[in-house]
This record gives sequence, C-alpha cells and structure tokens, in this order.
Amino acid sequence: MQQGLGDLDELYQEVLLDHYRNPRNTELLDDPTSEVDAINPFCGDEIHMQLGLYGDTVASISVTGQGCSISQAAGSLLTEIVDGRTTTEARELRELFREMMTGEEVSEEVADRLEDSLALQGVRRFPVRIKCALLSWSALIDALDKVAPAKP
Amino acid sequence: MLPATYLDVESIRSDFPILTRQVNGNPLTYLDNAATSQKPTQVIQSLVDYYERYNSNVHRGVHTLSIEATEAYEDARGKVQRFINAPSSESIIWTRNTSESLNLVAYTWAEANVAVGDEIVTTAMEHHSDIVPWQQLAMRKGATLKIIPETENGRLDMEQAAELITERTKIVATTHMSNVLGTVVDVKALADAAHAVGAVILVDGAQSVPHMPVDVQALDCDFMAFSAHKMLGPTGIGVLYGRPEILEVMPPWMFGGDMILQVSYEDASWNDLPYRFEAGTPNIADAIATGAAVDYLEVIGMDNVWAHEQKITGYALGRFAELEGINLLGPQEIENKGAVLSFSHDSLHSHDLGTALDQLGIAIRTGHHCAMPLIRSHGIVSAARASFYIYNTEGEVDVLIDGLKEAERYFSKAGIA
Repeated sequence: MQQGLGDLDELYQEVLLDHYRNPRNTELLDDPTSEVDAINPFCGDEIHMQLGLYGDTVASISVTGQGCSISQAAGSLLTEIVDGRTTTEARELRELFREMMTGEEVSEEVADRLEDSLALQGVRRFPVRIKCALLSWSALIDALDKVAPAKP
Repeated sequence: MLPATYLDVESIRSDFPILTRQVNGNPLTYLDNAATSQKPTQVIQSLVDYYERYNSNVHRGVHTLSIEATEAYEDARGKVQRFINAPSSESIIWTRNTSESLNLVAYTWAEANVAVGDEIVTTAMEHHSDIVPWQQLAMRKGATLKIIPETENGRLDMEQAAELITERTKIVATTHMSNVLGTVVDVKALADAAHAVGAVILVDGAQSVPHMPVDVQALDCDFMAFSAHKMLGPTGIGVLYGRPEILEVMPPWMFGGDMILQVSYEDASWNDLPYRFEAGTPNIADAIATGAAVDYLEVIGMDNVWAHEQKITGYALGRFAELEGINLLGPQEIENKGAVLSFSHDSLHSHDLGTALDQLGIAIRTGHHCAMPLIRSHGIVSAARASFYIYNTEGEVDVLIDGLKEAERYFSKAGIA
C-alpha cells in the first residue's frame, strides 16, 4: 500500500494556510524603532521585520518577506501574539515557541499563550522545516537586541 | 559500443543498494543527482577492501601494506587521468572537492598572476564556488570581475563573451554545465578566446565530468575542477587538473608533509608534481574508491551515459509540458543540455513542493542551488530541481510528474496553489 499526501495535513493546518494566503501586519511602519532582515542561507527564505516600541512595549510590528508557506505564515502568526507585549514577554514567547518546535509535549498553559501559533506544532514531524518556522522568531530577537537588550 | 537504448538500467540499478530503500512508505525515486550521486556496490566495496586489507599511509613506508596502498592510490590517479584524457598523471591533483580545486587556483595561480586593473571573466550561471573566490580575489587585488550573461533561451551569450574577454583578462572561469539550467557551455570557444588574449581558462566540471565524455586536451582548458561524489564516488575527494607547464611554475598553497623535497630549520624546497599540491596524508581510501567509480563509468561508456541522459531529459521535457503553473528554467531543447530540470511554480514555494514530493518518496533539490545570482536573475527566490543519472528511468520521470500533479491538487485544495 503506497502512502499519499495525507500526512501533510498535520503540517499544512488551516490556520497556517490562512496566514500564508492572507498574511497579517504587512504594512511597513513609518518610523520603526528597530528593523532587521533575516535570511535562511540554506533555502533563501527571507523575513523583514520592523518593531515600533512604546517604552518597553511592542506597540506595532510588521513582517514582510518571501519564502515557503511555513516561514511566511509563522512570521504572520508571530505578529499577532507579539503585538502589545512587553519586550520581556516577547522573549518568553520565543522560548515557548522554540520549546514547542524542539520539545515533546505542550502544556495547556503554553498552548494558551502561543494562541494560533500552536498550529505550527505539526512542523515538528518535518524536522527539516523547523528552521523555516523559527526564522521570524530569530528575527524578533535580533530586532529586540538592537534596541532593548535582554535583562540580565 | 551498444546503442544507448540498450543501456541495461535494471542491471545498473541492482548495483546500487540504496535504490531498494523505501521513503515515507514509498519506493525511493532519487532525482537529486546534481547534488550528489548514489554509489554502486563496487565503490563501497573498494572502501571496505582498503580498510580491511591494506590500510596504510602512502609514499612513506617500505612495508608491504604501504606499497600496496601507494600503488592503489597512484593507480586511481592514472584512471582519472585517462578518464579526462589529461596528458600526464602529474597533472591530476587530489583535493577535497570542486570548491577546493577552484580555490586552489584562486590562491596560487591567480594570486601570483592577477594584479590591479586586471580582469577576471566568469559567467552568469556559476555555482557560488566559482563566483565568490573570484570576487574575493578581485577585492584583494583591485581587479575587476566581469560576468558573461545568459541569453533568453538559457544559453551563454557568446557574442558578449567575445566583447568581455579582452587584453586585460587574466583568467576566464566558467562552468562546463550549469547545475541549475543544465546548459552545456562551449568551453573550447571560450578557451580559444582566452588564449587569444594570453589568459588562462579554468573550467568547473562538477556537472559535466560525471555525465559526458570530457577531454581536457580537446577542450584546451588550463584547469578543470570536479568532485568524485557526483560521479558515483565517495564524498570528501575532488580533482584539479592543471596544464603541466602551468602547474610546474605555480606556487604551492598548503605546506607540510609529502609536498616538500628538503626541509631545514631555515627553509624548504618543494616536491615534484603533483605532490607539491598535496600536503599531508591524503584521502587515500576515497581516492582509491574514485578509481573504482571511474572503472564503473568506463564499463558503461561515457557516450552511453550521455545518450541515456539525453533520452531521459527529452522524455522529461515532453512530460513537463503537460503541467500547468510550472515554469522550466534554462534551455527547453535537449541539444547541449544536461539531465537537469529546474522549475518554479506560479504560486508554490519549492520547499512546499519538495516536502510534498518527499512524502511520495521522491527526492529533488529545492532552494537556490548555491546559485543565488542566477536564481534571482530569473525573478524568483527559489526553484525545484530534478536531475537524473544512469540508474534513472522514464518510469521515474512518470512518478515525478504524477507526484507534481498530486501536490498541485493537494495545495490547490488547501487554497495556496
């Protein structure tokens, strides 16, 4: 019995497809506090991220880029949960996301905090695509490091 | 010589243990040969034989094992020499891979012969390993890097080449076959143009030597670089052919054992060719296995290899024409085109296609193929690539086409294709 493409459903969940088709927060900011370009050198995926900080809070965020569905949808999903968070919370979310991508089980509490980004959990079964999902999160850390270094 | 249609692919396939593998519940369809080829039992066994029976260092001992290892190592060099019709075995230098061969020329010949105001000419279809060493050299020397463009139909623009190669040109560095487009470059014409102005020509043969008869003397090239792992051999070993008169006066670049003649605390003198360019204990096992790979290809005959791949490529081009939303890069006719089909999809990224095909057991390359400038010049950021070799069949082309159609249906239903 030959296998078809059924297993792909775990990867290409509807939430992810929706964000790929209609990415959120793509409008460029007029006066970004910080902006970075992140490139995955192995595949050429690109993310351009802009942050507008108000005090210690991410008051506005923009992600644009080109690349595979996972990389672009992950960037769009990221903007939704990071918008309005403090820089410390944003860093925590990145850690939770990274743990989800590399770890085993996701607790209910973590699932709640990651909101729709939980849909990327299926990427774990496709290890070569994990870096696609993580690209925009590394961009976020680079963008934060530029203006709001992690507190010791 | 048997007509290519009689190339016994089923018998060839039985020599490649990996081809019986299942991937994600499907038989493996390996179409990533331009990245690396699979290895026949004969090559794998030659590695085992060396390590089990005569593992020893070369050029050093007087004991039996060292003598046997040295003979096998040098014998492999002779096989490579005959394979590309090099004038002498001294003109064959073992390296790690094509990239190291190209860098060797950049760091030795070019370092000594390129000066401020000189020009280096390369092409729009190079792999990064034949662009970046020249960019770096140009920066170090204050030289200029000039690029021969691609024509609209995926060929090298030879009229532009004639303009770009001038009295200021010191070296022309060109691919023999594009790893993205499959385009076979008229190396002899570029060699004539280079020599007419006193320049040398370096050929990246990584994609040509495994797939077609290559005669470095007929091509009149000064350097030819290629890797064993793309021609049934092991990874970690490559070749630089150099015209003997040039190698003779070329400065060494790595220093150590085997490459010296005499050493005092104050100074050293250099060994003869080719050892002057092979410092340290070489990659003995993989050199010997490269000889086994050459033996395997010689039995089939490189004319037959090329004819088989032309047939598959022609068949694949015909079947690709059925697909909607898929855009082929490079020449659309098989004349002077190797068995490499790169393509982009109107809306899908190559990684999404590649992941879907992997579910069906089909291995293709996705991404920028280490040729970012070329991919970008086609207005895309990534491409998918299917590339064929002696063990691939028209049936596998069908599997690929069916797979692409299935992926199209899947992603279209998902609303992203």
